[in-house]
Amino acid sequence: MGLSNPIIDTAPDADGFFGRFGGRFVAETLMPLILDLREEYASAKQDPSFQGELAAWRKDYVGRESPLYFAERLTEHLRGARIYLKREDLMHTGAHKINNCIGQILLARRMGKQRIIAETGAGMHGVATATVAACFGLECVIYMGAADIERQQPNVQRMKLLGAEVIPVTSGTGTLKDAMNDALRDWVTNVGNTFYIIGTVAGPHPYPEMVRDFQSVIGREAREQLWEKEGRLPDSLVACIGGGSNAMGLFHPFLRDPSVRLIGVEAAGEGISTGRHAASLQGGTPGVLHGNRSFLLQSTDGQIQDAHSISAGLDYPGIGPEHAWLHEAGRAEYVAIDDDEALAAFQTLCRLEGIIPALESSHAIAHAIKWAPAMPKDHLMVINLSGRGDKDMATVTKHLADELAD
Amino acid sequence: MTNSQNRIERRFAELKAADRAGLVTFISAGDPDYDTSLEILLALPEAGADVIELGMPFSDPMADGPSIQAASLRALNAGQDMHKTLAMVRALRERDDDTPLILMGYYNPIHCMGVGHFLEQAADAGVDGLIVVDLPPEHDAELCRPARARHIDFIRLATPTTDARRLPLVLHNASGFLYYVSSTGVTGAAAPSAERVEEELNTIRGHTDLPIGVGFGIRTPEQAERIARFADAVVVGSALTDCIGDASQPSEATRQVVNLTRSLAEAVSNARGTRSVQERKTPEVG
Repeated sequence: MGLSNPIIDTAPDADGFFGRFGGRFVAETLMPLILDLREEYASAKQDPSFQGELAAWRKDYVGRESPLYFAERLTEHLRGARIYLKREDLMHTGAHKINNCIGQILLARRMGKQRIIAETGAGMHGVATATVAACFGLECVIYMGAADIERQQPNVQRMKLLGAEVIPVTSGTGTLKDAMNDALRDWVTNVGNTFYIIGTVAGPHPYPEMVRDFQSVIGREAREQLWEKEGRLPDSLVACIGGGSNAMGLFHPFLRDPSVRLIGVEAAGEGISTGRHAASLQGGTPGVLHGNRSFLLQSTDGQIQDAHSISAGLDYPGIGPEHAWLHEAGRAEYVAIDDDEALAAFQTLCRLEGIIPALESSHAIAHAIKWAPAMPKDHLMVINLSGRGDKDMATVTKHLADELAD
Repeated sequence: MTNSQNRIERRFAELKAADRAGLVTFISAGDPDYDTSLEILLALPEAGADVIELGMPFSDPMADGPSIQAASLRALNAGQDMHKTLAMVRALRERDDDTPLILMGYYNPIHCMGVGHFLEQAADAGVDGLIVVDLPPEHDAELCRPARARHIDFIRLATPTTDARRLPLVLHNASGFLYYVSSTGVTGAAAPSAERVEEELNTIRGHTDLPIGVGFGIRTPEQAERIARFADAVVVGSALTDCIGDASQPSEATRQVVNLTRSLAEAVSNARGTRSVQERKTPEVG
């Protein structure tokens, strides 16, 4: 495990390790599939025709590139850093999730798989998966925790409308981690014809690498766009983290630019000290779950604990292994924002910029609101606005009932 | 401890000499509660279990079906943890120094305890082998090699997706016996076709001299009997776990598990038309 410097080293290594994190901790039944997938992905990654196809789908179907928008009123309001928003909320299906899904479904087609499965928490990855499956004419089964189905009804309806079968997961605690368990159980049962589209930079190797690569289009575009507008690199990047795919996508093209500060914002839920949070790096310890070693929320006996956040998309008790590595190596910084701060930021962005952000992305906005005023006026900050907030109206309305009644 | 480190090897040698397959029983430690689970564990050898697999409960058992998921949850809700699981092994060893005991589960609780500390405690308690579902041979450095260094067998799983190219890697650091997972899917899934499993075993036997146990989807004495004609051991888990889950009260759970174990043992013992389970068991009890 010689990898320790993200500025110099290429990660992951051949066994899927980012430093001591990552790997492929899966049942033997899945190993041959994981190895096939790695080979197939490695060849697709080098194949100009696959890359050309991917670029065309991104442009015409996803709607890329996404704008890099100068948030002038937010900047004026905070009287500090110059704030840009990377508008992933404007992409097809309303979040960054489609960047990964379109890449993986092209790979599934290349491998001749006819059946797509996925797990989903808030439902955004489920919707994006159901969308590409419909577009490619493939059977689609989405595993979703029964508790999440309850709080994300509009997304459940969208998935069904798109032709996917949504299977409520009641095992364990009926949340995202259990949905991932059941998706893995499905995969191990239907190994021959099924492709598992994992929605974040976690899971066994090669998923963390593959999802990162598909999401890195965010950072590559932001880099070029900011260069065009400001003629230089950003000083900081800010993104929310559940599993960490939108953050990894924004950060990765800047890993080797030491002047660029990378700031990941975890969900502090009701506060890290209450134990009811989703901040795996700041409130967790290293462990092995869902095929990789990373930081996890777990008991002293190694039992996985529930994550808590107002935002279902951040409600995961783990984090992608590359983030764990960047954290330990000190290349990225990780902070936490609680439910109340996220809700306040949600409203601020609505009123100042006319943009309704996802509650997930509101965590990143909230950190900027806290921190940007302390930065000089020439500090360039890019916030990943990873998704739009329409799906969160019920949650937000409930929490702000008194205020909206005025 | 001196001559107890090869219990698995000795047991399979005895089975071979008797020309019969062995019965491997699985229960989750602490299911439905510590006391009942211990009572069941202590009753298993006499009921006819040749090898015991004791599950280390985990909150996220992603290779298990609903039956063993529920068993893990019952145990965890009743306060089971790794220390209590090891205490059960020590309690068994006070009464029984012959029946091989294998701990089965997932890596995280071991990782969390610390591999060195876990292995020390496990060896001390009298654990003979480990089955850790989410540690494929690619990760042998994590637990397999340290376990072997402490004379604890690392029982490897081969599956229908383990092809000829991969089999040597699976067998490389395998010891004790080989666990053949008879169907793709999770524990407790549909019963495998005995003919296909027999063919697979013939192929695998060309690559290893290790005894082969067959599991996943074997629930009834009839199914066990068919597999026992050609396998070295038959593993039954979900069906026993269901006895516990379905029981109206703890004493009923023990009785049901013992009854099913007896009929499975009889079926397995008689599969090749040799001696009966009672005859063979008598000298070993006590």
